[in-house]
Amino acid sequence: MFGLNAKDMRSLVFVALLLVLAPILLNPFPEGSPLAQFNAGYPDLMQRFAIFGIFAIGFNILFGLTGYLSFGHAAFLGAGSYAGVWMLKLLTINVIPAIIISTLVAGVFALLIGLVSLRRSGIYFSILTLAFAQMAFALAASVLTPITGGETGLQTSLNDPRILDGARESSNIPTPSLFGLEMGDSWQLRVGDWLWTFNAGYYICAIVALIGFYIAIRIFRSPFGLMLKAIKTNQNRLNYTGVSTRPYMLACFVISGMYAGLAGGLMVSMDPLAGAERMQWTASGEVVLMVILGGAGTLIGPVLGAGFIKYCENIFSKINKSVLEGWFSVFPDGMADFMVAIVYPFVGKGWHLTLGVLFMLVVIFLPGGLVQGGQKIGSWVTGRGRKKSAGAATTTPAE
Amino acid sequence: MSGFKMNRRGLLKTSAAVGAGLAMPTIFTSAARAYTNEPSGGSVTLGFNVPQSGPYADEGADELRAYQLAVEHLNGGGDGGMMNTFSSKALKGSGILGKKVEFVTGDTQTKPDAARASARSMIEKDGAVMITGGSSSGVAVAVQALCQEAGVIFMAGLTHSNDTTGKDKKANGFRHFFNSYMSGAALAPILADNYGTDRKAYHLTADYNWGYTTEEAVRNSTEAMGWETVAAVKTPLAQTDFSSYVAPVLNSGADVLVLNHYGGNMVNSLTSAVQFGLRAAEANGKQFQIVVPLYSRLMAQGAGRNVAGIFGSTNWHWSLENVAGDRYAGTNAFVQSFGEKYGFPPSQAAHTVYCQTLLYADACERAGTFNPCGVVEALEGFEFDGLGNGPTLYRAEDHQCFKDVLVVKGKENPESDFDLLEIVDVTPTEQVTYDASIFGGELGSCNAGT
Amino acid sequence: MDQIILQILNGLDKGSAYALIALGLTLIFGTLGVVNFAHGALFMIGAFCSVTLNRILTIGYVPEGAEAQSVGGFSFGKPKEVPYVEYWFGEATGQAIVDWSVPLSILFAIPVMIAIGVIMERGLIKHFYKRPHADQILVTFGLAIVLQEIIKFYFGANQIPTPAPEAFVGSFDFGALIGMDPGVIIYPYWRILYFVFALALIFAVFAFLRYTTFGMVVRAGMADRETVTLLGIDVDRRFTIMFGIAAAVAGLAGVMYTPINSPNYHMGMDFLVISFVVVVVGGMGSLPGAVLAGFLLGILESFASMREVIELLPGVNQVVIYLAAIVILLTRPRGLMGRAGVMED
Repeated sequence: MFGLNAKDMRSLVFVALLLVLAPILLNPFPEGSPLAQFNAGYPDLMQRFAIFGIFAIGFNILFGLTGYLSFGHAAFLGAGSYAGVWMLKLLTINVIPAIIISTLVAGVFALLIGLVSLRRSGIYFSILTLAFAQMAFALAASVLTPITGGETGLQTSLNDPRILDGARESSNIPTPSLFGLEMGDSWQLRVGDWLWTFNAGYYICAIVALIGFYIAIRIFRSPFGLMLKAIKTNQNRLNYTGVSTRPYMLACFVISGMYAGLAGGLMVSMDPLAGAERMQWTASGEVVLMVILGGAGTLIGPVLGAGFIKYCENIFSKINKSVLEGWFSVFPDGMADFMVAIVYPFVGKGWHLTLGVLFMLVVIFLPGGLVQGGQKIGSWVTGRGRKKSAGAATTTPAE
Repeated sequence: MSGFKMNRRGLLKTSAAVGAGLAMPTIFTSAARAYTNEPSGGSVTLGFNVPQSGPYADEGADELRAYQLAVEHLNGGGDGGMMNTFSSKALKGSGILGKKVEFVTGDTQTKPDAARASARSMIEKDGAVMITGGSSSGVAVAVQALCQEAGVIFMAGLTHSNDTTGKDKKANGFRHFFNSYMSGAALAPILADNYGTDRKAYHLTADYNWGYTTEEAVRNSTEAMGWETVAAVKTPLAQTDFSSYVAPVLNSGADVLVLNHYGGNMVNSLTSAVQFGLRAAEANGKQFQIVVPLYSRLMAQGAGRNVAGIFGSTNWHWSLENVAGDRYAGTNAFVQSFGEKYGFPPSQAAHTVYCQTLLYADACERAGTFNPCGVVEALEGFEFDGLGNGPTLYRAEDHQCFKDVLVVKGKENPESDFDLLEIVDVTPTEQVTYDASIFGGELGSCNAGT
Repeated sequence: MDQIILQILNGLDKGSAYALIALGLTLIFGTLGVVNFAHGALFMIGAFCSVTLNRILTIGYVPEGAEAQSVGGFSFGKPKEVPYVEYWFGEATGQAIVDWSVPLSILFAIPVMIAIGVIMERGLIKHFYKRPHADQILVTFGLAIVLQEIIKFYFGANQIPTPAPEAFVGSFDFGALIGMDPGVIIYPYWRILYFVFALALIFAVFAFLRYTTFGMVVRAGMADRETVTLLGIDVDRRFTIMFGIAAAVAGLAGVMYTPINSPNYHMGMDFLVISFVVVVVGGMGSLPGAVLAGFLLGILESFASMREVIELLPGVNQVVIYLAAIVILLTRPRGLMGRAGVMED
């Protein structure tokens, strides 16, 4: 179906199911229980999972297939974000133009930067992309303030023209919407102690992510994708056989940049603010880490990596000392203090430490990234009889 | 995939069907509530969004200490701190509107994106009715806009740019901290008294929004006193070594250097300036001087001995009541209870966020509701006293606090790590008040959410 | 004219830090082929060696009868302590030792940094020589975060002032030296010292590689690791030691940098990107290239921050390094002095 073989179809269906059921899967703990802290099924984080998933999938098309390590991909995300907010300001509060234009603008940016950067390969390519992104960041945060809003970021405001929507309606800034369906709209379902939130904005992100994932599969399996893999294996040999690799590389770079722009467009559609620090090298580095962590070159890996990092950032950073004290209050006093003292450096303000340690553990023990971890669990389950399978099924990383 | 369609009624129906199969389902739609996150049950949740990683992590940690203290006092614990000196007596130490105060914390990372993500998680996941905190104007403006959209109250933490209550002001946002304009207006007369009116100033300005507004404010008010501005050079925010910007200053014909920098920028540029001998130099026949418009204790700690004798402005200082008298009642009560709990005096960031928490709680009590629109109404034009800054007004037009501004100077011989600044003068409110319309922007109307 | 000389001096001074960090990074990155994202963290740890030594030297006792300081009617913390060094060596000598803690930290930092470097290589990096660069990035970035967070845990996030010894406070009148009016070109002593120190360290490293048998073997190993191994020489052990030396160079750059800018846990990350740019602009695998690029970019950055230049081209001070990197990499495919085939695929 959809021009996919059985295995790819399975991945696509798997991803589709994950995306559709995410609000339920990500809220495994009943509300009010101490473990509810670990629930990730609220709109903002689910949207981020989908958006950064798209960003990482796009980055993986470049890095996973060709081995070209761009260290400036955040610039495209940033360019897309700015374009998106300008659309929301000038044209209409409907998110469709914002998403489309941001993808296109990022594509143009990628074309220009790609034309220059792809003249070099290896580390020299990485540094060229880094240099462009850092310049974009530095200028956006300072001298381009009239266009970008500077360090504060670009926002929608009451006096925006929004020529398609007509004059201002109320004294409040309208929120981005899809033909009247506001991105913040949610339907909540309470079953027993569980509370599940189905958010309109999230499902739009999820649909776009699914389409993005499908296109990525098609690219991976196409002759074009094969050519890109050949470039990764031995570009010299291709050149010697008379194939010009440059157009392929450029096309790949632009596609990858458009994914980043799409992610940027979605990001501002969910939350209409574009800040310059989105383009900083740390943001570019983050997507590199997402892809490597999940498993570069695999289809599902980047999505897992993106989910993993965003989960750590958003969930662990919110565990503070009083939350810990609540958890360990069942233990006797001395024991509880001890447990709090042990865990405390890793959560709350120490969440970076957890992230750093996990990076190292994953790369040391799972050279193929999280995907390899999933495969290991999978083969362990199938190899070790049926009685474990029920329990292990829940440990498969779900985003 | 054609079966996948967003349809509200359909979804509700299926949900109900799914739910009916399970034990006692109840279905809520967001429209069932009067305002965003209306507290149900016996507690109310506040969201403390402070930098916990990155260069301002220590400032964030100090804010968090003050928040915890405020929550303790609101719930009737401790010695009550400034609740005893606060002019409004609506707070009784029994939580807010009889509900126990609980809180969640998040990390802004001093990045607008991360700060918004963290704030959204508090609103969407934890049901926070109020978000507060932060240590930069970029974050404050971003989170304020988010709170406006989501229909919760934002009580700004440390943010000094004119924009927060100027061109980016929002009806749901309130700022207790002072701003660039007030710094300039408060500093200029003191500078004229100490350094004379025929000075030539050289500005180094951090190249972002806060830097621009601060440079503008200090320039305007010093030029009005007769100073001349020789040059204003913008420095990158990410700069760490300012030597190449500082080196040419001495031969530029200027005799005062104004550092429109904050945090690490300020520590590093001041260190460079002192290294290049500007403190000891003479220019135009006068002693060369350095001015830092916005001071904080943590910056002073980072710069060490280099701050000695350098003028700047600050929102509050823990020695205020002892130095400047009863007008600033509340200061000692706060320092006492903070010092007792943590062993050192609070910073201005801690003081600001403590006040913000109390002011919010008090507004809820007076309004009789947590509804943001009620709270806005209670806070607009609210005049109060006893929170350590003397008589203070929360102006209705732009939700900016107006109170006296402190002019401070780095101490020559500090007795301890916390005794780095001495209060030179307190500029009365009238001198730092401005017309609400000069910075543009539109407040809009309060938003209570769905 | 005086402005130009001043900015050249400043560029050399800025470039010293870039060159030193890039030198250490090239030893690891350009020759061992390991993309070391933890190199900035090594620089930062070097800086914290001097903070630590200062803390150790000021450990003290409370003299009898001392009371907690009372400030403005409140008393906070413990009574003022008298450092043991003052008790042991007398007040004057003791104070001098504390005053000179930054230069003294050099002696403290060398063994510490070599040990950290060796442990890092043996314990972690060794297993990643044959892994893809992507894995190296992930593991060293993880390590950098862990090292940073440990420092943050113990020292906080705020900057910690670590002043230079009294003797180095003040400025040198460089203008007078070259026959200009006194007071026109003055430059702080410590910054000049940093430049001299950087030059000395760079020459020491070059001489070590050039004139010792050990260095010769290392250079041979860089050029053709397999052949050297076949000759029965234990290249691995020497590479371990080189890693230690690279860590020490980064650490010393950090120690001496503390009086210039007060250190905080994040300072390594601030230098990380720039040092990668410097190494690549210098050319992969070339030590002289790294040093040259360091000074060159330092000088360019200084010139771009001149008022006249900024007024002409607003924002140029923000981007000059990256702009220069792009221009150089487009005109010289392998940077200033790079070898063909190193990390090009």
